Amino acid sequence: MNKSIQLPITAEVASKLHAGDYVYLNGVMYVARDAAHKRMIESLEREEGLPIDIENATIYYMGPSPAREGKPIGSAGPTTASRMDKYAPTLLDLGQKAMIGKGKRTKEVLDAIVRNKAVYFAAIGGAGALLSKCIKESEVVCYDDLGAEAIRKLRVEDFPVIVVADCEGNNLYETAVKEFRTIS
Amino acid sequence: MGTIRTIQTDELVNVVKEMCIKANHFLAPDMDRAMKDALESERSPLGKQILSQLQDNLRIAGEEMIPICQDTGMAVLFVEIGQDVHFEGMLLEDALNEGVRRGYAEGFLRKSVVSDPLLRVNTKDNTPAIIHYFMVAGDKVKITFAPKGFGSENMSRVFMLKPAEGEEGVKKAILTAVDDAGPNACPPMVIGVGVGGDFEKAAIMAKQALTREVGERSPLPHIAKMEEEMLSKINQLGIGPGGLGGTTTALAVNINTYPTHIAGLPVAINICCHVNRHITEVI
Ligand code: SF4
Repeated sequence: MNKSIQLPITAEVASKLHAGDYVYLNGVMYVARDAAHKRMIESLEREEGLPIDIENATIYYMGPSPAREGKPIGSAGPTTASRMDKYAPTLLDLGQKAMIGKGKRTKEVLDAIVRNKAVYFAAIGGAGALLSKCIKESEVVCYDDLGAEAIRKLRVEDFPVIVVADCEGNNLYETAVKEFRTIS
Repeated sequence: MGTIRTIQTDELVNVVKEMCIKANHFLAPDMDRAMKDALESERSPLGKQILSQLQDNLRIAGEEMIPICQDTGMAVLFVEIGQDVHFEGMLLEDALNEGVRRGYAEGFLRKSVVSDPLLRVNTKDNTPAIIHYFMVAGDKVKITFAPKGFGSENMSRVFMLKPAEGEEGVKKAILTAVDDAGPNACPPMVIGVGVGGDFEKAAIMAKQALTREVGERSPLPHIAKMEEEMLSKINQLGIGPGGLGGTTTALAVNINTYPTHIAGLPVAINICCHVNRHITEVI
């Protein structure tokens, strides 16, 4: 089923999504990779709070290529989500509602998705040019010194993603692969 | 021996620079064809949709000069140097790195290299490259540039099998590596395999196998047969485009071999995504 969703996403909207749904995202999302996640968690440990508004936030795991003149961003496809597994449950418990990346997640992350009525979307890996066209604005919010790994705020239009893990505990990576597997 | 030919290293700098930019925006014709064929044959509707979006991605990349993937890779160079060649100018290694530096700067490519694996400070120019040199006959230099993304690189494996494990052991190793890679390696993948040699020879062969044209089989009949068999088995794993289920998990399995020791059977599996970039120039 194809749906269009406005960001930031609420628990109510997230809880209606099912693994396998094809969704177009519109609105504001943040971008962070492992280095930025590490800093955010360290800052929480020092009780300094987070540099972004985490309530209902969507975080896109991505490190873009440099923008050409006149463009908001360069190539901008997802990176492997498992590198954020260590940090994601903490942020989900603080109110983050959606993650966008590619690849499998740990049980801890999947449990945190169910617990918080959140969602894990996959964006198409290796489609950085296509996804770049859905990003209308991009600004660095903090950790500028991290270069391609800085935290950014994006405004996206019809950004295509697929629900992989939903709040009922379904995981498309497992179910869809089984359907087509003809070898043990 | 022929007469010595002098090559100015400035020429190498330019060639490498252009290769960096081209490889990151245009897939080689063999990969382009394989991606179109996959769209035709894929049986999962979602898989088909993903493959068709990857076609759009390639078109946008070329038309608007946006890199095909944001991970424009660590620069890997295979350099075959004719032994009748003499270089004039810079140190060869410096010239190749200078080409990479300029290519990544002028091509708006992402700089993804850190200077120390533990301290992790970005070198900000994507150097140093990883360079493999081979001395060959003649007076030419052949450079293959194959930038490698790490989503798929991280899923690569080396197995030191026992000789008794034989062909079945090799097949099992390949299937295990691909199955474990799953969605992380941005399928459909290309699988480079090195069998034989020693620990590092197997790994280098596996990487080099990724630069062989998709569709070109090994000249050794028993290896060519294994390549075909493994491709068909891998496509029965169900991983599919994007790892979201389907019949296209890999586009090719390329296996290179080398003599090995009586006591060993090394197998390296270098996994590459559908953005399998490779380009060759002869100077
Ligand atoms: S694995 Fe390949 S397609 Fe996927 S993000 Fe890395 S370079 Fe891009």
